[in-house]
Amino acid sequence: MTEPVLEVRDLHRAFGALKATDGVSLTLRRSEIHALIGPNGAGKSTLIGLIAGNLKPDAGQVVLNGRDVTQADVAARARAGLARSFQVSAVAGELTVLQNVVLAVQGARGQSFRFFRPALANAGLRAAAETHIARTGLSDRLAVPAGDLAHGERRRLELAMALALAPRAFVLDEPMAGMGPDGAREMTALLDDLRHEAPILLVEHDMDAVFALADRVSVLVSGRILASGTVAEIRADPEVQRAYLGEERLE
Amino acid sequence: MRRETVLNAVLALGLLAVPLAAQAMGEPFIVTLATKVAILALAGVGLNIALGLGGMVSLGHAAFFGIGGYAMAVLAAPVQAYEPLMTWPFELAGTKSMPVIWVAAMVAGALGALAIGALSLRTSGVYFIMITLAFGQMLYYFAISWPAYGGEDGISVYVRNGFPGLNTLDPIQFFALAYGVLMAALMVSWMLARSGFGLALAGARQNPVRSAALGIRPYSVKLTAFVISGAITALAGALFADLNRFVSPSMLSWQTSGEIMVFVILGGVARLFGPVAGAALFILLEHWLGGFSEYWKLFLGLALLGIVLFARGGLIGTLAGREVAHD
Repeated sequence: MTEPVLEVRDLHRAFGALKATDGVSLTLRRSEIHALIGPNGAGKSTLIGLIAGNLKPDAGQVVLNGRDVTQADVAARARAGLARSFQVSAVAGELTVLQNVVLAVQGARGQSFRFFRPALANAGLRAAAETHIARTGLSDRLAVPAGDLAHGERRRLELAMALALAPRAFVLDEPMAGMGPDGAREMTALLDDLRHEAPILLVEHDMDAVFALADRVSVLVSGRILASGTVAEIRADPEVQRAYLGEERLE
Repeated sequence: MRRETVLNAVLALGLLAVPLAAQAMGEPFIVTLATKVAILALAGVGLNIALGLGGMVSLGHAAFFGIGGYAMAVLAAPVQAYEPLMTWPFELAGTKSMPVIWVAAMVAGALGALAIGALSLRTSGVYFIMITLAFGQMLYYFAISWPAYGGEDGISVYVRNGFPGLNTLDPIQFFALAYGVLMAALMVSWMLARSGFGLALAGARQNPVRSAALGIRPYSVKLTAFVISGAITALAGALFADLNRFVSPSMLSWQTSGEIMVFVILGGVARLFGPVAGAALFILLEHWLGGFSEYWKLFLGLALLGIVLFARGGLIGTLAGREVAHD
């Protein structure tokens, strides 16, 4: 087996007496989609914060492409190729679709300190941005302020911005949240395609999407990985059934 | 052409035409008023980079305005006293040369903004406002208790500093200088807003968390903008001191910070020519209402209230409509 792209080793993080992350280890291998599921309050958001760098762990390591990035800040991890999307759409609402993605491209390239050249007149930046926008199907919305986009479009803009980081690994926090069935189906197809760009750590509540996409599933309960395995193994695991999937039908 | 572009051109040409006409009619006082507008607008252009582009509500920009003023006094006062500026560790003479004073004022303003910004930007929201105010007040009280430069009384520089090839004592020539500097600063502000840096600053203002996830450090981007902003406002301070040939701690007072902010808000936050429109309106109100009633600031207050409540984009926003994304 090749070395994992992203590896989390025995991460711990407590908030007072609450152990939000309690010894989590997981790996993300090339071209795979690794889904992370768990009930509300299981510690998924904390884990994402630790991986992306918004939170610092009490103990443990985050390794990206063989490099220990535990001490690196959010921006440094982003430039190292960790592309993160947010649970609640996070874009710059007054900027257009094109400006948002150009912002991401120049951020990833470390070109944010150019004081005179107009950003949108930079053909290199612009071409890269337009490619990512086309990939997510927003080409006819280039000049629309991101704040005016429909919900599903905004989620796709987020993905275009994540793509612009030339990512080594995606960490996607509920990309299907709030989408209708059609939107979710399109997003599922898009994610299936993106895994060849970079592997995806997918936090998602939409079980249809998880079971359709995931190569492996890890179940997080009370800050610990309860079980980890293929979709079939997780579906069959009685402990998972009891702890999490209990009431839900899994056909 | 966009309406805002037309409006900007009208403002730029109007500010040029009024003093020229006044000069032709032998009204040097109007020329001086227009010079004041240009210089105060320049201070506003500086603040607008922090406030408008960067979303940093600084109530301490008088600090940079005053730093610029005192930079002028520190350099020029020794010359009229026939003394060197300093003798240790090496001897350095003062100067009456405006270009040298301008560079010194901008460097001093930038350093001041770097120190104040580096600490203030660790906070945000109302704390940022209060801490910038506190730094401004600190400098104000320092100037009051600085006997070498007149303390509370301030210090006069009797002869206006010189600029190569110009007679700066002639009001219209000094106006031309101030106007030229204002136009240059507006050009810098315009380029900055459209540049990659401007985009990163807009991202840092609107969504700092997301910006960080894109590999941009919002703190560094905002601090850089704050430093540029401080340098431009300090340059305005140096010119203002030269206009009055006098520097006093009042340049550093929090009322001055408030007035600079009023220019920006009256004219339109984040609009390129907002500070020009705001400063012009302010000086007009001060001049006309001031002659009409001692309580003119009451009317100014009402006008400001009206703009904040009913015309969010200030004068420019009201006349030119919603800002369109520039391409």
